[in-house]
Amino acid sequence: MHLHRYEKIWLILGAGGLALFIVLLCVNAFAMGMAPPSNMTMIDPAKVNETPPFDKPGLVKVGENEYDAYMTAFVFGFSPSKMEVPLGATVNFHVTSPDVIHGFEIVGTNVNFMVLPGHVNSATHTFDKPGEYLVLCNEYCGAGHHVMATTIIVK
Amino acid sequence: MNIFQKEQASTVDPRTSRLSLSYIWVAFIAFVAAALCGVVQGMVRGGFLELPAWANYYQILTAHGVLMALIFTTYFIIGFLYSGVARTTGGTLHKAAIGYGWTGWVLMTVGTLMAGAMILTNEASVLYTFYAPLKAHPLFYIGLALVVVGSWLAGFGIFSRYRMWKRLNKGATTPLFVFMSVATFILWIIATIPVAIEVLFQLIPWSLGWTSSINLMLSRTLFWFFGHPLVYFWLMPAYIAWYVCIPKVIGGHVFSDSLARVAFILLLIFSIPVGFHHQLMEPGISEGWKMVHVILTLIVVLPSLMTAFSVFATFESAGRKKGGTGLFGWFKKLPWTDVRFFAPFVGMLFFIPGGAGGIVNASNQMNALVHNTMWVTGHFHITVGAPVALTFMGVAYWLIPVLTGRTLTPTANRMGMVQTVFWGVGMFLMSLAMHTMGLEGAPRRTAYTTYFDHPIALGWMDYQRVMAFAGGLLFVSAILLILILFYLTFKAPKGKTEYPIAETETPQPFPPVLERWGVWVGVLAVLIVLAYGYPIMEQIQHQAPGSAPWVTW
Repeated sequence: MHLHRYEKIWLILGAGGLALFIVLLCVNAFAMGMAPPSNMTMIDPAKVNETPPFDKPGLVKVGENEYDAYMTAFVFGFSPSKMEVPLGATVNFHVTSPDVIHGFEIVGTNVNFMVLPGHVNSATHTFDKPGEYLVLCNEYCGAGHHVMATTIIVK
Repeated sequence: MNIFQKEQASTVDPRTSRLSLSYIWVAFIAFVAAALCGVVQGMVRGGFLELPAWANYYQILTAHGVLMALIFTTYFIIGFLYSGVARTTGGTLHKAAIGYGWTGWVLMTVGTLMAGAMILTNEASVLYTFYAPLKAHPLFYIGLALVVVGSWLAGFGIFSRYRMWKRLNKGATTPLFVFMSVATFILWIIATIPVAIEVLFQLIPWSLGWTSSINLMLSRTLFWFFGHPLVYFWLMPAYIAWYVCIPKVIGGHVFSDSLARVAFILLLIFSIPVGFHHQLMEPGISEGWKMVHVILTLIVVLPSLMTAFSVFATFESAGRKKGGTGLFGWFKKLPWTDVRFFAPFVGMLFFIPGGAGGIVNASNQMNALVHNTMWVTGHFHITVGAPVALTFMGVAYWLIPVLTGRTLTPTANRMGMVQTVFWGVGMFLMSLAMHTMGLEGAPRRTAYTTYFDHPIALGWMDYQRVMAFAGGLLFVSAILLILILFYLTFKAPKGKTEYPIAETETPQPFPPVLERWGVWVGVLAVLIVLAYGYPIMEQIQHQAPGSAPWVTW
């Protein structure tokens, strides 16, 4: 099988670049701990409202300026509906759904994950800038999908 | 008369033409209906239009997705591949292939009408990804299942023709077009089996109320097993046009026959065991398994690089043969005023940022920046919406005259150029707006909203107005396209139009192992078991409590 010399160079450069890229992704994910949100915790979607800690959604202080935020995403809103966190706080978000699939996106941050009924999903963010952060559902969930949002006030 | 004459017919017989044309016209009817839905969505999201009470944004969105992504593409692909397989195996198809083709057409059309009726009556506003636990009417799922089964029959028709040709042409090289069509349909059948299992054994019984809950993770895994090769099912026929038809249109040759075949084998193998890259932001799949799929996904870059090289090498050698000199002189010699070349070429230009954006999407945690934002919508409009759609349009401009025994007149060609420019400019503006607002966090698949006048959301409005304007350009282009295709089908002057099939400049033997399908399907099966075996077993053995059906629209 004949391979043109230029094509050989082209493919070697392409494959080399690709290999390097894959190595970087692996280092990023496994050595630097920046893997995508992949929480394996399960929960009965029909009993979310009676399963601790999702029976009382809200912030729990777990360290000096570090919080766990337990939230539910449902048609068509989030609970708690408004949260305030102090400037500089690190917040570990844990979200589940009692009904259909939702998205959990804090606009302007790297927090963006799927919320599946039956599962809890998580991501962490440190709020270094004050302001009113927009949290929205970015997975179609029904007729009111476009009003499913809340805010997090950081001050 | 021996239908397998060595001297190939340069056209297609009437019986095959009728079949092929029937597929292609359903494709373009679906296309124009979907384009109408698209412009309405753009106007709504741009804030220029409010829908009447009897229509809902997500219903129109479902129609746009199903008609464009599933119906337009699948019908066009079958119509195109049937005609090309006939053209390269003697200009005709045997009875069994025609029978499979028509049976498939009937099943698919019945299925399309069923699913369409459910969307129209707002019983199925679940979008074309139909994520459970949103529950559509059972007829919607049954209709889609019929579309898939019908497309399988069409695939069997192509396999049947291939086997017959092999039997009667022992030792001869399988035409490149046929080889690529067989690879495309092997990919399609393997890819659609899991989604057929999801629809038949999970969604239909659950939507009928026979089962009370559904294993969500399993349903999503089965869906995305199909969802990614689906995009290669769109792309491979466009590549067939790029590798086999366009070189002839520009008066050139196939650059390398064997490398083209290698590229298709690689596409077949590396587009299937990769579905988790659509589920990177999901719970319930571990980080390690996601990375396995990310790596396999990125390997598909290689056949795309090969295709890019080969296509431009063909352009260069054709341009030089016409007297182009210097580093870029050949570029000017290409037939820039021929829509059969110009439309796919514009599509290829879109594919450069399209491919780069795809690498971003597949890059594990980088996906968090763009997941479910308008960026993704922009991405598939500059991949399937531009390279694939423009290639199909460019093909239609010569294929329909071939099938109807008419000619592409200079005026029709000029109109086609105008149509291409409208489509290109529209897609450019729309996808640029989509990519930008996506990076700023604007969600996809969302009706007009200001999120209670949040300043960030208000900042997206200008992009949404650009989208609406570009949607208008695209709609004008779609109408123009339909008018030209109508003219080419019924009104254009009768005459002989050649079916462009290029060959290599000198005979190029290829290693026989390339055509040992059993070997490649075996390799693919091993990869599928490696990539999916353990995760699917886990999803069945340790499943989350099931989900009840919901109708939330």
